[in-house]
Amino acid sequence: MAMTRLLKLIITTAIFAMPANAFAIDPVAIDLTLKDHKFEPAEIKAPAGQAISINLKNTDNSPEEFESSALRVEKVVTPNGSIVIKLKPLAAGKYPFKGEYNEKTAQGVLIVE
Amino acid sequence: MFAAAIIVFREVIEAGLIVGIVLAATRDVPARTVYVLGGISAGVLGAALLAVFAGSISSALEGMGQEVFNASILAVAVVMLAWHNIWMARHGRELAAELKAAGQAVAAGSKTLMALAAVVGIAVLREGAEVVLFLYGVVVANGDSGMNLLAGGFAGLAAGAALSGLTYAGLVTIPSRYLFSITTLLITFLAAGMAAQCVSFLEQADLINVLSNTLWDTSNILPANSLLGRVLHTLIGYDDRPSVMQAIVYVATLAAIFAATRIFAASGQQTQRPASAVKSAPTAGQHFAA
Repeated sequence: MAMTRLLKLIITTAIFAMPANAFAIDPVAIDLTLKDHKFEPAEIKAPAGQAISINLKNTDNSPEEFESSALRVEKVVTPNGSIVIKLKPLAAGKYPFKGEYNEKTAQGVLIVE
Repeated sequence: MFAAAIIVFREVIEAGLIVGIVLAATRDVPARTVYVLGGISAGVLGAALLAVFAGSISSALEGMGQEVFNASILAVAVVMLAWHNIWMARHGRELAAELKAAGQAVAAGSKTLMALAAVVGIAVLREGAEVVLFLYGVVVANGDSGMNLLAGGFAGLAAGAALSGLTYAGLVTIPSRYLFSITTLLITFLAAGMAAQCVSFLEQADLINVLSNTLWDTSNILPANSLLGRVLHTLIGYDDRPSVMQAIVYVATLAAIFAATRIFAASGQQTQRPASAVKSAPTAGQHFAA
């Protein structure tokens, strides 16, 4: 008896703990390019409350590490390679990111509104 | 050149601290330097390989290959560290008593030495791959002046090695009777921090998406990217924006390792009971006589 009640409690909690739109629409796709160690465009925009997918293409001959502590991402992109960065739905705000190997020039911000 | 040195040093801080702690934790075990150096070499080779295959790893697993790879090797490191602590709790007393007998010590100590060598290798592998990629990028992008920056990079590596030495030297000033428990504690926190970081990569790969809300945001007080932030990140798993799931796994790892070492230490004691029972018998007799 106690076990089935416990099981119900666990399942209910798990359902509520899941993000509301876990099974919802496709993520918003954003294209981002790295050229001459700079992000183009340096400012990207996305709507709040929707999953985001950033397609980062590196047109330089050297690798870069896309890093953002605001977005909690760190990912390497090879020379002339491309990677996909998946982001969960975000609240409105500014989320800066950078290229760790070329911090001085590779700076950008994701503006969510 | 200075900028390159700083960037490389920031990457190798984690590996440097881990090497120093492992060396201190195994101070009394002979041949441990060989194992640690072996771990470092394997890590360096692995890092070079990783850098070469970075592209294919990235595109694997629906573009989440990097995240899954990082999460996997961190999980392996957590298991190795936990196993070391548990094994030492079980056999620690025997080891301490028998370390004088060189032959037995090598056999007894070498089991967990492999596990620790693996941890060192994994730490060097992760940081090393980023360093290799960065230095490669520096040379490619800068041609002639690249050599200057490369020298800066190697200076950063040397600083990382110096950090290992400093950590080790600092730890071994602790009196012998406390060194073991302190390094055991350090290793437990290392493991918990790595477990939390493993969760962070799985969240990046969207393989874990429950309890992902941010628990706290201390990026204004102590950014995880700062020098102190990185040191704390390695030593205790500090994160300036941890998710709820990360915190749960962190606490659970700490609890699990503490509990497991208690349980195994207790069962280790049982095998030695006959000796202590003989010792305490006369005292028991005296109590009754009085």
